[in-house]
Amino acid sequence: MAWQFSSERPIYVQVSDQIVSNILTGVYKKGEKLPSVREFASLAAVNPNTVQRALSELESVGLIETQRNTGKFVTQQGEAIEMAREKRGEVLASEFLKSMAALGYSPEQTISLLQRAQIREVKSDECNA
Amino acid sequence: MSATLECRDLKKSYGPNMALSGLNIELPAGKIIGLLGPNGSGKTTLIKLACGLLTPTEGEIKVCGQQPGTESKALVSYLPERTYLPQWMTVTDCMDYFQDFYPDFDYQRAVSMLESLHVPAKARMKTLSKGTKEKVQLVLVMSRRAKLYLLDEPIGGVDPAARDYILNTIISNYCEDSTILISTHLIADIEKVLDEFIFIQNGQIVSYASTDALREDKGKSVDEYFREVFRC
Repeated sequence: MAWQFSSERPIYVQVSDQIVSNILTGVYKKGEKLPSVREFASLAAVNPNTVQRALSELESVGLIETQRNTGKFVTQQGEAIEMAREKRGEVLASEFLKSMAALGYSPEQTISLLQRAQIREVKSDECNA
Repeated sequence: MSATLECRDLKKSYGPNMALSGLNIELPAGKIIGLLGPNGSGKTTLIKLACGLLTPTEGEIKVCGQQPGTESKALVSYLPERTYLPQWMTVTDCMDYFQDFYPDFDYQRAVSMLESLHVPAKARMKTLSKGTKEKVQLVLVMSRRAKLYLLDEPIGGVDPAARDYILNTIISNYCEDSTILISTHLIADIEKVLDEFIFIQNGQIVSYASTDALREDKGKSVDEYFREVFRC
């Protein structure tokens, strides 16, 4: 299945976001070799030049590293990955708050909703266990 | 290095009708470029001029620095909008035909692509459906190692699954020093593989830009932008 892209953001940004997600969720592990540019292009069904650009962005923030003649790897540096995780978390949280605000929820109401949802989660986990 | 395709004040008229009216463009190597425009905007005329099937009324067109002719034809792989392969030939005959004609034809590649698309090699062209004929032609054209690929409506008649495979074939096979020019109306399907796009209308370039730059500047996809620019 090819990756899905929205129309308002540059594709290279969306490709690099997807790769970051894959690193954060452990699809590509710390220090692991990444697919080649061609393989990524085929996986995402996008232009290889777009993949190249996405990878250079990730390289410039230190999430991936090029090893000569062998290809690109996820960084060994835990801090770079943690920074990316924090950034992603912040973005998701503020997006969530914005969409809740659009529905008419105050930040406090949103937080209490989250707490209730969390209690339900724990309960359903216990039932399943 | 010279541009893969270069047009200088290019004009083409069919009797009183101006198909191209002073078109200027330079296409670099290593890009996949969409040639997009409403019906009758001059897309096919431009492609035919680049393959040497038509001669310019005025102005100049050059492929890798050469005027279209015998030598440039060896560098250009052209997919016309209609089928031209003889109906009595089998798919294998067509491959042999291409093998004879073009030194840069990669026979094995054509065989494996046709297999992936489940095209029967022994079938005669006249027995194949419209979409399957298109697949055969596209496979033949993409199996060459050309400098410039000119694809005139390559995916119009094929089903969405085959469309994905064909786009994948295009991105995984094109080499970094060749250019692919694709004319199509199915913009949403192909825009994620495009580096750049050209909008053409009334025989002139309306816009020529990078697809990601468009998204950055306007926050729009090429498809949305097309509908805005060419609103009827």
